[in-house]
Amino acid sequence: MNVLEYVADRWDRLSLQALLHVSAVVQCTVLATVLGVVIGVAVYRSPVGSALATALASTILTIPSFALLALLIPVFGLGADTTVVALVLYALLPIVRNTIVGLAGVDPAVSDAARGIGMSRTGVLTRVELRLAWPAILAGMRVATQMLMGIAVIAAYAKGPGLGSEVFSGLANAGSANSVNQALTGTIGVVILALLLDGVYVLVNRLTVSRGVRG
Amino acid sequence: MAEKGSEIRLDHVTKRYPGQKVAAVDDFSMVVPAGQIVVFVGPSGCGKTTTMRMINRLIEPTSGTITIGGEDALRIDPDELRRRVGYAIQQAGLFPHFTVAQNIGVVPGLLGWDKKKVDARVEEMMDLVGLDPGEFAGRFPRQLSGGQQQRVGVARALAADPPVLLMDEPFGAVDPITRGHLQDELLRLQGELHKTIVFVTHDFDEAVKLGDRIAVLGDRSTILQYDTPDAILANPADDTVAGFVGAGASLKALTLLRVRDVELGTAVTARVDAQPSTVDIDGERFVLVLDQRDRPLRWVHQNELRHASSLAGIGRPVQDSVTLQSTLRDALEAMVNEGGRAIVTGSRGEYVGTLDLTTVTEVVQRLRASA
Repeated sequence: MNVLEYVADRWDRLSLQALLHVSAVVQCTVLATVLGVVIGVAVYRSPVGSALATALASTILTIPSFALLALLIPVFGLGADTTVVALVLYALLPIVRNTIVGLAGVDPAVSDAARGIGMSRTGVLTRVELRLAWPAILAGMRVATQMLMGIAVIAAYAKGPGLGSEVFSGLANAGSANSVNQALTGTIGVVILALLLDGVYVLVNRLTVSRGVRG
Repeated sequence: MAEKGSEIRLDHVTKRYPGQKVAAVDDFSMVVPAGQIVVFVGPSGCGKTTTMRMINRLIEPTSGTITIGGEDALRIDPDELRRRVGYAIQQAGLFPHFTVAQNIGVVPGLLGWDKKKVDARVEEMMDLVGLDPGEFAGRFPRQLSGGQQQRVGVARALAADPPVLLMDEPFGAVDPITRGHLQDELLRLQGELHKTIVFVTHDFDEAVKLGDRIAVLGDRSTILQYDTPDAILANPADDTVAGFVGAGASLKALTLLRVRDVELGTAVTARVDAQPSTVDIDGERFVLVLDQRDRPLRWVHQNELRHASSLAGIGRPVQDSVTLQSTLRDALEAMVNEGGRAIVTGSRGEYVGTLDLTTVTEVVQRLRASA
């Protein structure tokens, strides 16, 4: 049985796993974006706060994913919870950092004009500053998503959803009938999905970034 | 519909930043008369911008009172207040992600106008500052030149028809020629709108050109002299003011006089579609060729006229012209560029007359005699 036959044979299970994989990554990215933007907004005006938030998020990223999962399993148990927590933590760094960079990069004259013509503090943030930082935030989300696609594979170690289970069982059963097919399908599947999602980001960028600030 | 200006009163206004011994603005009192342009001029860091920003409370005064049209500005919600006070700054501070129309429509939108009214107002404003709505409404700020951005900045500041306008070096970042045009336009607008304008600059020439009154400010925003431009030029209060006025006061005084204030000469003119043989030269050496809408095109010498079969394409193109709102200094400049008479045009660019050096010299002599 070659890879294609394997995929055709197990299509039901594989497509479900692929769907779960993407769904987990996308949901975690969105969650991390909400968190990351809130953190970014909270700290971007203070240099110390910005440095602290970036350093903290960087530290999380230096922990190997296996180790982080191992640390989280005792707290959240096996399954989706641990996966979500791990993925969100990893996605935070690029998003928090880009939010801070994006907000700090807004021309002070533009913010001043916004205040000066009578926009409220929230109005300035939501209608001007975040809108101008959005391309940077989106770039952070894009990096985060790519990273999570790979890390989500490892999350199968904690019995998380997705294509990781294919890779893991392929490796665990090395030498048996379909082990190579399993590992290959999982890996190639993740790569294809990652490329597809990247395409989606290009589209989202086109649709949501004003032509006035698009590069 | 335009709302005329209201009087601004600053009474013993002081701004003291925490941890600093000297106040940034110390006991500043001034009345800005309704419908006039008052220019704050002074060296960098003298507190002129701080003073201006206290009027719309981008900076909160430490003590003192500010009233706009009799109403206590410190008792109004700051955001509400700012929607009623136009604000234009250097480099315009336009929102780069908004189109020109969206930028201009921000304040009416904040005030809750319905969309139709906002759209109509945006179009009106673009006409007012000389930007064709059809061409520019959908553009983004980065697709505009510096001068066009400033126009949009002014249009945005005026969009909600505020009685008071604060302008912080709004023309500081554009080239001198564009700056001159923008200044002329501001004066034209003010002629129609009669807003109360507080204008901050460090350029004394700009102050002289624009101000109904000028406040020369020193350290901690102390008022060194607050008077009309000609009074300050003729009679500076002290050495600091005199230093600021600088050399060449009589040339500067020319910036106080407008082309419309002096008697214009006339040139022999001919429409571009006229037959050269029918042009009555009337003893002059040159004929000014106008286009169908009476805008000046070229100077044609009588010799050329005799041999030409048509007025199109002959002669020397008009290099420079001035409007009725231009200062005599601009006119002098145009004369030098043109090598003789300066052509004066009206509001639509149509020919209205000419101005020559003799007229300007006479004006200078009269000024000297009266000073």
